[in-house]
Amino acid sequence: MNATTMTDTDAPSRSASRYTILDREKPALRHLVTRWESLLALLLLAVFVAGGVTLPHFLDPYNLLDGTANFSEKALIALPMALLIICREIDISVAGTLALSSVAMGMAHHAGAPAEALLFVALGTGLACGWLNGFLVTRFMLPSIVVTIGTIALYRGLASVALGDQAFTHYPQLMADWGQGTFFGVVPRAFVILLGFALLFALVLHATTVGRRIYAIGNNPAAARFSGVAVDRYRLGLFMLTGAMAGLAAFLLTGRIGSTRPNIATGWELEIITMVILGGVSIAGGAGTIGGVLLAVLTMGAVTYGLALANVPGIYMTIVVGVLLLSTIALSRLLRGKPTRH
Amino acid sequence: MNLLKQREPLLALMVIALILLVGMRAPVFLTTQSLANLLTDSTLLVMLALTQMLVIVTRGIDLSVASTLALSGMVAAMLAATHPELPLALVMLAACVTGLALGLVNGYLIGVLALPPIVVTLGTMSVYRGLVFVLSSGAWVSAHHMPANFIAFPLQRLFGLPHLVWIALAAVIAMACLARHSRFGRDLYAIGNAPHCAAYIGIPSARRLLWTYGLSGMVAGLCGYLWVARYAVAYTEIAYGFEFTVIAACVIGGVSIAGGVGSVLGAALGALFLSVIGNALPVLQVSPFWQSALTGAVILVAVLLNARGNRHRSRQILPLHQPEPTASRSATA
Repeated sequence: MNATTMTDTDAPSRSASRYTILDREKPALRHLVTRWESLLALLLLAVFVAGGVTLPHFLDPYNLLDGTANFSEKALIALPMALLIICREIDISVAGTLALSSVAMGMAHHAGAPAEALLFVALGTGLACGWLNGFLVTRFMLPSIVVTIGTIALYRGLASVALGDQAFTHYPQLMADWGQGTFFGVVPRAFVILLGFALLFALVLHATTVGRRIYAIGNNPAAARFSGVAVDRYRLGLFMLTGAMAGLAAFLLTGRIGSTRPNIATGWELEIITMVILGGVSIAGGAGTIGGVLLAVLTMGAVTYGLALANVPGIYMTIVVGVLLLSTIALSRLLRGKPTRH
Repeated sequence: MNLLKQREPLLALMVIALILLVGMRAPVFLTTQSLANLLTDSTLLVMLALTQMLVIVTRGIDLSVASTLALSGMVAAMLAATHPELPLALVMLAACVTGLALGLVNGYLIGVLALPPIVVTLGTMSVYRGLVFVLSSGAWVSAHHMPANFIAFPLQRLFGLPHLVWIALAAVIAMACLARHSRFGRDLYAIGNAPHCAAYIGIPSARRLLWTYGLSGMVAGLCGYLWVARYAVAYTEIAYGFEFTVIAACVIGGVSIAGGVGSVLGAALGALFLSVIGNALPVLQVSPFWQSALTGAVILVAVLLNARGNRHRSRQILPLHQPEPTASRSATA
């Protein structure tokens, strides 16, 4: 990448220089093939081929679109989570935030809030939860994994205190429309929202200054701070964004299942992190793409959907995902050769 | 006075103060019977927190403990249910060996292949949990399938205390020796403090990590048997989400997630603290739904207290570069 550092001081003056300036390496097929995203795309294709060959109704478009319901909400949270992990932070508390947002919606609905306001109740609760995470992490310089392990217990605990042994049900029709409704009778709205947000996140991360700064923070927070990036403000903002997206997911999920129960979204935090890591985002920060995350989401969704069609119990899915995660990272490590510790 | 500045005496004092405080509101909490129950309830968490501490000290994390516990517990329960004639020691050994094998898989991936611990244990966590289902085909092994001595062992008394407490006590002493007085234990602290330096001075990091995760798995395996026998039931979801409680106990005990800092006593006291909270709520007739919220609040307070030192360090970054002519001249001189 940096083949130019020697030459670019004198090169601009003479265009007939015998040095050629390469800003970046020429794109070669070899690079495209070895990209993580290409591997994932191949994997997704393989899942589709295997499913299409062995299962009669796998490629049915109605089925396929209906199958997106099992991952849309999770994927909505995976998008900001990818930014957080690129930025060297992590948010374990997303499932707790989701539960608390759902409970807040239930309480607001119970108190007579109109249906449209419930979305803002969920987003507001999510924002507040995310702000607390971000505040603790940035103000007191705490490791985010510890803070969010604490806050997931706190948020989920508060949710179960508010719920007791009850459940909120009878949500307004508007929520069901968004949670389980479709556009044109076929495309689930949640999936469309997911695609829209994926596009937005991809644009922000890959085509704006904000995105470059997020990578900079992930690669070296201290250097980023010295270069004038408001590191803590970015961190706080990303935590709040993650909280808000968890609130949005709460709105859609509550609308889809039509109730708020204490066990809503249990274990999602680890599934979401798995999606992000499988999508090629480095847990050490500074690397990863939204495209990769989306491909990982679709791959996991397709596997889940295929297993469900084949009547395999859902828990086998956890084995498949775990093996997929382990084998992909182990394989890429083995292919690159053993790292030397130095 | 100096004693109070250290974490462990302070934490011990807080545990005692909490017990007394609860006792003031509900004297029944201070009876021997109730305190013995408290001790028994805390044992599994204490043991798991000890090995988790060793893992965190090496800059790692083991999210798979709860799944390892569930899988080993299921192995022990099914073994005992299908072969009631087997001696109990063999069943316990089977649980330990299962746990050890699962832990060594983690250790191989993390130590030898140098993959990030959080990713590896996240993956193995779901795989092991799924394997419990595969092994049991989703069925429960309940009390009437298990032989009587299998269930009775953890709560049988020896010199007035249940076996569980003795096992946990032995684990605490063994871990304390391991962490403070063995080369293995000291190496773990070195790896956690400065991995590169540890490699330079010839510490076989890969092998140390392999066996640290192996140990973590083995203890989780033993706890698997104890858990299943104690509650007399084995099913796919046992100890679901327990990994976070274990890590929380370590954090409260002052183990630094950044590695290199942590003591056996601290981790044990952190686990005890969480158990006191868990046991006190029903006695105080507080709704059990508060437990999780309180646990979360305690974790946050604990990390905030731990972080008082960090704050100073983090502030250094920019103020050092403020233009102060006299200061900078003396610094460069």
